[in-house]
Order: sequence, then structure tokens, then C-alpha cells
Amino acid sequence: MLLQALAFYVFAAVTVASAAMVVVSRNPVYSVLFLILAFFNAAALFVLIGAEFIAMILVIVYVGAVAVLFLFVVMMLDINLAELREGFLKYLPVGALIGAVLLFEIFIGLGVVGSGSSTMTALDKAGAQVLAVDNTRAIGRVLYTQYFYLFQVAGIVLLVAMIGAIVLTLRTRPGVRRQKVGEQLYRPKGDAVSVVKVPTRGGV
Amino acid sequence: MTIGLEHYLAVAAILFTLGILGIFLNRKNVIVILMCVELMLLAVNINLVAFSIFQGNVVGQVFAMLVLTVAAAEAAIGLAILVVYFRNRGTIAVEDINAMKG
Repeated sequence: MLLQALAFYVFAAVTVASAAMVVVSRNPVYSVLFLILAFFNAAALFVLIGAEFIAMILVIVYVGAVAVLFLFVVMMLDINLAELREGFLKYLPVGALIGAVLLFEIFIGLGVVGSGSSTMTALDKAGAQVLAVDNTRAIGRVLYTQYFYLFQVAGIVLLVAMIGAIVLTLRTRPGVRRQKVGEQLYRPKGDAVSVVKVPTRGGV
Repeated sequence: MTIGLEHYLAVAAILFTLGILGIFLNRKNVIVILMCVELMLLAVNINLVAFSIFQGNVVGQVFAMLVLTVAAAEAAIGLAILVVYFRNRGTIAVEDINAMKG
């Protein structure tokens, strides 16, 4: 139990620290790498709590797809780093004030939840038995039956996002020579081949 | 020394606040703003999964997956818009985006 608490504190500390580094890092590439670290540690927190499937999905989707997408875009765009940092110190007091107020309010909310935590721990014992089946299997049983339409809608959301991204970034450049296979195949024989009568010793 | 729901909620709260702070501080850099939105969605996911586990109801994890789906779609569309904008303007400063205003 002590080991679990220790692991939780280590993972939580690294998650929060790397999230802070995402915000304050000077170079966007470092921000992306710290974002990946934050996601890895959040996945470790999920494993610790017993949500293995979500943890693995988090690693696959975020680290494997989203973070790499961010990295591609950061490296593709030729941006001026110094210019992007200009407003940082100007907005720091306001941002810090708003962040402090928000955190304070959320922790007040957490205090309200924590006062009723005895019922939570009672539910905890019951929940452990419900989830004792197998995390992935439990999710699958609910996802493919009760929430099947929601699952389909998620697929449609991804499809729309994919089509949107392709449509937005596709550009047809004038002056690019491409191979047109159809035109090549349907070219009539008369355009391609001509019979030339070459006179003897005359050349073409 | 047992880890309860409150610990996870506290981590999520700190992550969410850091995301909002990042949006305030990096007013010029759209890429970091998008990353901060991802951080906030991660905080939401931590909340959903923590409540799901501690209440013994697996539905929260299903919703966490849907949030993940929407986050991935949002990142793809946002970065695509960013690429198109950079192609047209040569900069990604947020303050210049109001050029689209009619």
C-alpha cells in the first residue's frame, strides 16, 4: 500500500511538473516532448488506479498520434520563437491570478466532495467487485451494447475530422506536371505513331 | 496512506488550472494553446476515470474514450487550420487572426 502511494506521488508529481513545463517552455518542440511525458505519466496513474484499457488507449492515441501530429506541425512551420514569447511576462500577473482563483475554487469543491468521502470508500469496495471481471471486458460489455450508437457517433466524428483535415490542407498547385494515366492509355494511335516514308540515302 | 478519489481529483484540478494558465500566458502561440487544451482534456479524463473507478461504474471510462476521440479530432482539425493559416499569412500569431472579421 505504501508502495502504491509512493508510485502515485511520483507519477502525479512528474505529470504536474511536465504540464508546467509545457506551459513555460521556450521552444514549442520541448513543449510537445513534455506533453508526451505528461501523457505517459497520466497513463501510469490510470494503470495504478486499475483502468488499464484507458491507459493503453491514452498511450496509443495521444503519444502515438496526437503528439506526433503536433511534433510534425511544430517542425513543419518555420516560426519565429522570440516573437511568440513577447506577451508572456505581460500576461503573467493576470494569468497567475486567474489560475490561483480557479485552483482555489476547485479545491473548495474538492473539500465538499471530501467531506462525503466515507460514502465513496463504501462504494469503492463494491466497485472493486464489479470491476473484478476485467477492465477491458467490462468496458466492451457496456460499449458495444448500451452505448453502441455513441460508439458509432464517435466513429463519425473521427471520419468528419479526417475529411475536414484533408480538405483544409489539400492544395492544387498550378504548373505541376503529373502523370495522367487515363489520357496516356486512351491516346489514339494516330497521335502517337506516324509512318514516314524515308527516301533512300536522303535521311529524315 | 491510502490513495483515494481526492488525490486524483487534486491532480486533475492542478492539470486543468495549468492548462488555463498556459492559454493565458501563451497568447501568441497557437500551437501551445492547442497543447494546453489537450492538457485540460486530459484533466477531464482523469476526473472521469477516477470517478468511474471509485464509484465502481464503468460508464465513466466509456465517456473518457469519447472525450479522447473528440480530443484527437479537435487536434487534427486545429492543426490543419493552423497549417492553412500559416500558408496564407506566414505567421501563427493569434492577434492577427481577426483579419477574417467581416
